[in-house]
Amino acid sequence: MNAPEPFAGETAHSPVRHHILSVLVENKSGVLARIAGMFARRGFNIYSLAVAPSESHARFSRVTIVVDAESAPLEQIVGQLDKLVNVVAISDIAPREAVERELLLATIQTDVANRTSLLDTLANAGAAIVDVDPGAVTVMLAGTPGACDDFERALEAYAEVELHRTGRVALPRLGRTIPATVEQ
Amino acid sequence: MQLTGAQALIKSLEQQGVDTIFGLPGGAILPVYDPLLDSTIRHILVRHEQGAGHMAEGYAMATGRAGVAMVTSGPGATNIVTPITNAHMDSTPLVVITGQVATSSIGLDAFQECDITGITMGVTKHNFLVQSAHELPRAVAAAFHLATTGRPGPVLIDVPKDVAQSTMEWWYPSGVDEYDLPGYHPTVDLDEAAVARCVALIGDSQRPVLYVGGGTLKSRASGELLAFAERTRIPVVTTLMARGAFPDSHAQHLGMPGMHGVYAAVTAIQRSDLLITLGARFDDRVTGKIAAFAPDAKVIHVDIDRAEFGKIRRPDVALQSDIASALRAFDAAGASPKNLDAWWREIRQWQADYPLVYDEPEVDGPLRPQHVIESIARTAPAGTIVASGVGQHQMWTAQHWAFEEPNTWVNSGGAGTMGFGVPAAIGAKAGRPERTVWCIDGDGCFQMTAQELVTARSEGIPIKVAILNNAYLGMVRQWQEMFYDERYSEVYLSPDLPDYVKWAEAMGCVGLRATNVKEMNDVIEEANKINDVPVVIDFRTDSSEKVFPMVPAGVSNDEILVHPSQRGGAR
Ligand SMILES: Cc1ncc(C[n+]2csc(CCOP(=O)(O)OP(=O)(O)O)c2C)c(N)n1
Ligand SMILES: [Mg+2]
Repeated sequence: MNAPEPFAGETAHSPVRHHILSVLVENKSGVLARIAGMFARRGFNIYSLAVAPSESHARFSRVTIVVDAESAPLEQIVGQLDKLVNVVAISDIAPREAVERELLLATIQTDVANRTSLLDTLANAGAAIVDVDPGAVTVMLAGTPGACDDFERALEAYAEVELHRTGRVALPRLGRTIPATVEQ
Repeated sequence: MQLTGAQALIKSLEQQGVDTIFGLPGGAILPVYDPLLDSTIRHILVRHEQGAGHMAEGYAMATGRAGVAMVTSGPGATNIVTPITNAHMDSTPLVVITGQVATSSIGLDAFQECDITGITMGVTKHNFLVQSAHELPRAVAAAFHLATTGRPGPVLIDVPKDVAQSTMEWWYPSGVDEYDLPGYHPTVDLDEAAVARCVALIGDSQRPVLYVGGGTLKSRASGELLAFAERTRIPVVTTLMARGAFPDSHAQHLGMPGMHGVYAAVTAIQRSDLLITLGARFDDRVTGKIAAFAPDAKVIHVDIDRAEFGKIRRPDVALQSDIASALRAFDAAGASPKNLDAWWREIRQWQADYPLVYDEPEVDGPLRPQHVIESIARTAPAGTIVASGVGQHQMWTAQHWAFEEPNTWVNSGGAGTMGFGVPAAIGAKAGRPERTVWCIDGDGCFQMTAQELVTARSEGIPIKVAILNNAYLGMVRQWQEMFYDERYSEVYLSPDLPDYVKWAEAMGCVGLRATNVKEMNDVIEEANKINDVPVVIDFRTDSSEKVFPMVPAGVSNDEILVHPSQRGGAR
């Protein structure tokens, strides 16, 4: 996907005008290619995309797509997605009505000099160490996209080996407006 | 009952009521061609798979039923990608069956393997790679359901060789519930609030236009359109894809809008205060420069595909519906515009000032292409189906052939596929053998798919082909003349090479030629008498003839160029 320039003051992970589409799809081979191909063909931009089996594991998967609502009107994106035969339902969740979470994994080179400050940084962010060897640790943070952004910035002080983010998953906030579900 | 996958596939097609398949066999599809021998389905053996696809399209456009094509894997499959794309652009219902290498070989670059479901993902409504013989009946039933409901389109079924060869216990899905399409809901309930807003907008309008697109034909809404138009007196324009949806002889019909539209049709849209858009999609060939398109018009957009709403032009009211239901709802609510007398007076003046015209043919030739088309149309029986290629001859046919009923115009709109005409005409004739079928073709187009006349001759499908032989890729020549300072680059074809008469005869057809008006009348008369074999006529037409009116690409429809004889004065 051609990632657009981040908006001023924002990182690519939390654009101002993003929208979250929670898309229930049939668990059939090629479904992801159909979705990605449609976005590429129509010039719609995807910020992040996460896929996992859904409630009813065998038959359906849930794809959480964070779209750039500036690249095209949201109803165009939803309308074209809806035409894909394997797409079963689309929930459009406005960011303020969503609970969004993301997972960040990072491997950081450690030495005696930076160990204490690193432990502080991890404690401040609420990150956990999930793997260690003499010269490096792998840490994990599960949090809001904003918390992951902050943590990523905090880690810039260290010599990183590798950093991975999953892209967000989201569900509607409880007790708020029910999101527009397109089809059941 | 135990059947092989191949037998089950053929039986499933029979179950769907398929009477004709256009195709050509090869390794991967071989198992399926064996049970075909025992089937009542007619198979038409083409000479190139592109021909099979366009024939299936012509069949579908003339009959309103899905066209079916069957080809082998690899190059057989890629050869039919152009027709699939064409059908996708024009929302034509097709079911295309491709052979595939055995499941165990997929992904190993096996002989004649190609990822046809991947290749056609963007140009089909949907496609299936069938994984087991048991799944074949469901795939066939689902494919026809998808191809023909909602917004129609092409559906491809890829059948691996081992799936065709393995056995299954015969079954057939009893209804939509067994098609396993949980994400497909082609019908929608009419939004009464939106209908009410449409009725209100119509009630307020003084200069309305019915902008009728191909969706009106797909929805079989010609009867409803006629009733609504006559009750309301609203003027009608029919796009290239909708020719025949409303009778050309009707006094309310202004003709075709767009780049080569009739002046009154183009201008009525430009001056309109309400566009009632019925199954049309604001194609750039209709709108010209979009920012200057119908600038004062409110827009009602009726379409079965809601992704069309706001794709190009933001509607004031969007109504997701098939066209027939929407028009019935408008009628039931008594939707009526204000008094249209002043509007009609303006329109009648445009029609009087700028009718479709062309220069009189000179006695000793060369022929005027428009005159040839009108002469053929005049002698053709009512209900004649006409197909065309893509280029000047296509536009002249759309302008000068008088279409009176739906499904009589078979052409390539959205994709503009040269070579569409001859095979599409053959498919149309195979589907409607009782009808006379003419193909008005260009010399360039003819050379792309003419070999299918061998198919037509050997299968006994007597179409009539009129080549408007201007010795050029004429439409491209016209652009080079008008927009590239007459610098003609790679557009000359020669009138004599090939010799179209000899070529026609070599393919078992009758070949005729006309170079002046007398010969033209004679050969048309002769062609009309021949009903057993295909006829090909080489009409020598004027190379310098151009299509007018014309709105140059990307400019406002207000800057329409009329025929040179009509210039001077206001425009
Ligand atoms: C497959 C394909 N290739 C190229 C074009 C571009 N093109 C559009 S019209 C045209 C000329 C068609 O020539 P001919 O069939 O002789 O028709 P004419 O315009 O002369 O009537 C060409 C090359 C096309 N539409 N389709
Ligand atoms: Mg030509």
